[in-house]
Amino acid sequence: MTTIPADTAGAHDAHHDLPYLARKGGWATTVWDWMTTIDHKKIGVMYLFAILIAFFVGGVAALTVRLELWSPVQTVQNAAGESVVTGREIFSSNTGYNKAFTLHGAVMVFLFIIPSIPAALGNFVLPLMLGAKDVAFPRLNLFSWYVYVVGSLFAVAAILLGGVDTGWTFYTPYSVIAEDYHRVIAMTLAVFILGFSSIFTGMNFIVTVHKLRAPGMGWFDMPLFVWGIYATSIIQVLATPVLGITVLLLTIENVFKIGIFNPAYGGDPVLYQHFFWFYSHPAVYIMILPGMAIMSELIAVHARKRIFGYKFVAFSSLGIAAISFIVWGHHMFTAQGELASAIFSGLTFLVAIPSAIKVFNWTATLYKGSIAMTTPMAYALIFMFLFSIGGLTGLFLGSLSTDMHLHDTYFVVAHFHYVMMGGTVMALLGGIHHWWPKMFGKMYNERWALVGAALVFVGFNTTFFTQFILGTKGMPRRYATYVPEFQSLHQLSTIGSMILAVGFLVHLMVFVMSLAGGRKAPPNPWGGLSMEWETASPPIEHNFHHEPVVRHHPYDFDDTVPPQTDPAEFPLPEPAPAGRGH
Amino acid sequence: MTTIPTTGPGAGVQASAEPWERYTHQPHWRNREDEFEGAKLGMWLFLSTELLLFSGFFCAYFVLRHFYPDAFRGASTHFLDWRIGAINTAILLISSWNVAVAVRAAQLGQKMILAGNIFFASLCGVAFLVLKLALEYFPKIQKGEVPGAFFSYAGGHGYDPSPYDPIFLSVYWVSTATHGFHVLVGVLLLWWVGWRALKGHFGPKHYTAVENVGLYWHLVDLIWIFLFPLLYLVP
Ligand code: HEM
Ligand SMILES: [Cu+2]
Repeated sequence: MTTIPADTAGAHDAHHDLPYLARKGGWATTVWDWMTTIDHKKIGVMYLFAILIAFFVGGVAALTVRLELWSPVQTVQNAAGESVVTGREIFSSNTGYNKAFTLHGAVMVFLFIIPSIPAALGNFVLPLMLGAKDVAFPRLNLFSWYVYVVGSLFAVAAILLGGVDTGWTFYTPYSVIAEDYHRVIAMTLAVFILGFSSIFTGMNFIVTVHKLRAPGMGWFDMPLFVWGIYATSIIQVLATPVLGITVLLLTIENVFKIGIFNPAYGGDPVLYQHFFWFYSHPAVYIMILPGMAIMSELIAVHARKRIFGYKFVAFSSLGIAAISFIVWGHHMFTAQGELASAIFSGLTFLVAIPSAIKVFNWTATLYKGSIAMTTPMAYALIFMFLFSIGGLTGLFLGSLSTDMHLHDTYFVVAHFHYVMMGGTVMALLGGIHHWWPKMFGKMYNERWALVGAALVFVGFNTTFFTQFILGTKGMPRRYATYVPEFQSLHQLSTIGSMILAVGFLVHLMVFVMSLAGGRKAPPNPWGGLSMEWETASPPIEHNFHHEPVVRHHPYDFDDTVPPQTDPAEFPLPEPAPAGRGH
Repeated sequence: MTTIPTTGPGAGVQASAEPWERYTHQPHWRNREDEFEGAKLGMWLFLSTELLLFSGFFCAYFVLRHFYPDAFRGASTHFLDWRIGAINTAILLISSWNVAVAVRAAQLGQKMILAGNIFFASLCGVAFLVLKLALEYFPKIQKGEVPGAFFSYAGGHGYDPSPYDPIFLSVYWVSTATHGFHVLVGVLLLWWVGWRALKGHFGPKHYTAVENVGLYWHLVDLIWIFLFPLLYLVP
């Protein structure tokens, strides 16, 4: 069998040693170089920019929703005795409000959070962690980015043409009888196209993990980030096609007026709900598993501790992936038979087990670690706190009797924000800070980043904890108005969203400052042991000078000197007292 | 698609050799075996997504047939001619056999047998599409046997349409059209492979594209084998 040495002496020209960010020429050349690149690192950075733009758009929509809720819409008598409508802060009609939260939900879910961690950080980090030169199918990787962009353009078109007010779930029959159905077509097509992008990324990562691990790297030598992304990819590949066919059918229903879901022609709208949630429940694990994947890295590296229960953490990812396929019915307790509901309720509790295993393992890892209070660690702690609340409230919703009361209230809204934002987005922020020095070769300002993290934490809880209370008091979701008794809680929530916005702006400022004039990053600023820390910051074009070989476990902090670090900065821990050793 | 390296292990091979003999692998793979296995794994993953996509149609079919068993029976026998379906099934089965032979020919380095079988299979695909369009789709559109709101079939021949006929036709049109689109893509892929085969791109050591397009073609065939009885042979 012929194996090519990584560096064939003659063929090794100098430009392969340049950092991947090095410019290849003038302005136009550089743009062309990025737009046609098949380098996983550049594609990862391109995804990062794309999803941050989506996050911004979705965020602005969320702020308008919160501002509209500043006061209830009321018809009151003015001094002259005429009735006037007060409390319309932003939108002149309920439809405007409905469009804003649909826009928010659809953009955040399909354009931001689903591609976020896998496509942006995963693309950048996963091949490096495996010691590979690239993902398995680099051209498919670039293609998937373009597919993402085209899908997003469809979504933008739907918005610019006047928006969609169906909610991000596009429930039938509403979505097939909406008067603005041509925009619904654009939106569902967008989701269909975005699904392909997600499938391609997933396929790429699965094959990369199977076939491109560095020599000597067994499955259990992989960093846990890779395990998490691998499990996510399996869900992406196996669940997204069902969403694809669902929204494709929905699109065809709208274009050709056929009746598969539309009861007007004899179709079955509940079938739509089954199809939709068969994807969208697993999809919530497409969103959270990558967050958990990042968590294991943040906790272990910034506490300089061998991860507790490596195999449990690894297999719980696969466990979550498997269970996630059989619990979709818990979104339809009110739309299906009692027996089905009871079964789905029971299954739903199962899914909490692997999630809890992870949280316990992270906590155990922190125990007696040398914790560095960096921004990534701060976000890891925030994640544990918020995700626990989100997961536990999921159990309330999974119990039939409580869900009958809480279904379609703000309690659900708070629950999923605690898991998706408190979980995934916090992990994403932690991950961006963790790999920022590697990606851009610059350090960020730790103090200001911590200020940002604190604002985000406070803002988040102010915004969403109030919504748990609103929900239990009976505030229904998706309404532009409410009874006046709820006003103070709604206002508190809106103030929280402002604090959040300020926190994000602080982060943005930190990133811009870092790019503009940050200190040059060392190759391994945190003393990490996985392979991405063995190459330069930013990595060279072909990732490694020599094909890396696995010499130690990625979490062997007890007896491995981190590569490329100053021993004074990252000393090995004191040897364990006799009798406790290996 | 394939870049033939001028340096590296393949470089020593004589310039007169066929392209497949000079091909090594793309630079990010460690060796040719890994590259081939990786591409095949990717293809299997893709096929599983295709299967899941079509499982949506099957699911919708069973649910709706469960709701309207009589309409499905009536509409199937009245609107669809099982003989056309059967001929198309036979055509696809034959083409699948050709594709299998082509893969074997690639492994044995028989260039002309490879290309011949690939092109023959693609002709089968074209025949399938022509039959479908000429004998089913166009007449159906003319007679108004179309789904949903556009259904305008006037009846006749002693058949009185059920109000749920359009539902059956919805499933029929959507699933066969999606399948037909896959056949079309398959034909284009077969042309691409055939053309590359003629240029000598495939041989015992390198036939990834033949293998993968072959797998795709078998899947398209397999899906039709399920669609045919479900749509045309409702008892
Ligand atoms: C411990 C694990 C979890 C359990 C037991 C759970 C349970 C539930 C239940 C029963 C509902 C339906 C409530 C209703 O509509 O009445 C729900 C809604 C939801 N959950 Fe979870 N969940 C869990 C974790 C997650 C995670 C990790 C995410 C996302 C990252 C998530 C995202 C959502 C979303 C988006 C909805 C609302 C969908 C909508 O109607 O718009 N959940 N959850
Ligand atoms: Cu769910």
